Amino acid sequence: MNNTRYELNKGLAQMLKGGVIMDVTTPEQAQIAQKAGAAAVMALEKIPADIRAAKGVARMSDPKMIKEIQNAVTIPVMAKCRIGHFVEAQILEAIEIDYIDESEVLTPADNIYHIDKTKFKVPFVCGARDLGEALRRINEGASMIRTKGEPGTGDVIQAVTHLRKINSEIRRIHSMTSAELFEVAKNLSVPYDLVLYVHKHQQLPVVNFAAGGVATPADAALMMQLGAQGVFVGSGIFKSGDPFKRASAIVSAVTNYNDPKLIARLSEDLGEAMVGINSEEIEIIMEKRGR
Amino acid sequence: MVIGILALQGAFIEHKKVLDSLNVDSIKIRQPKDLDNIDGIILPGGESTVQGLLLKKFHLFEPLKEKIKNGLPVFATCAGIILLASEIEGESSYLATLPISVKRNAYGRQLGSFIAKKNFQDQHNFPLIFIRAPYITKIHDDVNVLLDNNDSPVAVLYHNQLAMTFHPELSNNNYFHKYFIEKIVQNKSHLYANM
Repeated sequence: MNNTRYELNKGLAQMLKGGVIMDVTTPEQAQIAQKAGAAAVMALEKIPADIRAAKGVARMSDPKMIKEIQNAVTIPVMAKCRIGHFVEAQILEAIEIDYIDESEVLTPADNIYHIDKTKFKVPFVCGARDLGEALRRINEGASMIRTKGEPGTGDVIQAVTHLRKINSEIRRIHSMTSAELFEVAKNLSVPYDLVLYVHKHQQLPVVNFAAGGVATPADAALMMQLGAQGVFVGSGIFKSGDPFKRASAIVSAVTNYNDPKLIARLSEDLGEAMVGINSEEIEIIMEKRGR
Repeated sequence: MVIGILALQGAFIEHKKVLDSLNVDSIKIRQPKDLDNIDGIILPGGESTVQGLLLKKFHLFEPLKEKIKNGLPVFATCAGIILLASEIEGESSYLATLPISVKRNAYGRQLGSFIAKKNFQDQHNFPLIFIRAPYITKIHDDVNVLLDNNDSPVAVLYHNQLAMTFHPELSNNNYFHKYFIEKIVQNKSHLYANM
């Protein structure tokens, strides 16, 4: 991947800012998402809540199903590959996906290495729980970061924890002396240049979205007020009583995240939210996959 | 002078940073009352379907259309030009104040995104950044083409409306923002020869 391609890929993430990226499993759901104001859709066979319920190995979705979703909407289409599974990524690039999510939601294919994303033309988004993970993924070529959260639970606590952690580490590095930056680079196992960028600009060099457990307009606005630049909603929409209404409300809440009166109105009569699982009661911990 | 930046979705902060570098005050536009005291408006890049939907949802659509028709200077990039176009191939249009036809995602998906380097005026190798960009398929006779790429127009001017299919806000070059402020908002056309 040359510099031009990386700039274009970071640029696409910038265009998605202030938007909601929604998990969809069918072309019909993709169209509902687009009509509700999704900035992009994530095409996958099973949403995280169902992956969690089904157990077993979760893999990249059927390319045919992804292509049907690509044909159903004009907004960007993303899809997930397993951590480290570069051939799944090659397949997604071959069908001209707009963004690949190298995702802990699927069962990891490699317990040491992530994909060398610099080898691809197509952009990658990766999950992170802290600044070290975020910068390591960026160093591997990711052009967008999202919090890992704990997907498929409808419980936002992990996403909040990860976003707060990333932001507090950014603030800490911003206040450091140059000598301290070398030590941080060593401890985080990331190149000095990336640490220096964070120190100078007080932000990541790529866009950072919130993901994992967002289920309500209030959850989405919470993530935005905590500093996310946009929101992924996975199981929260199509596992709820009235997906279109909930999706529209979450989109409006992300645009007006500082307007509690509006969010109050948006939160009325949304029907049943996804039931959710308390993140302390679950068996499969996805956030720990891939560091 | 205050420039409004439509802040419903997309890369509006990038435009604000460019205006900051020119010492131009700006406000984010999210509701109708925000439109009251602005001297111009920027429609940023992002997803036009989302922005178009939210324009209607937050009751900005009619007042903004009215203001642009009445001469409010407007500067649109990428998604913004789709909002302004009078015709969108295969879909219904949005504000429809700019008499051009556009085709969405005409260069293909993200793998079709590209940067073209262009020389014009005093600019050498100005990077035209096209990200899932629309394509201008037709223009009305009164629309001025400011720039083309491979013989197809990519930046146009029509009275108070400056619109382009690429992203000058990502290029670290404030040429087009300066052009918008000086030539359209402050109406100092004499400073600029034709491109």
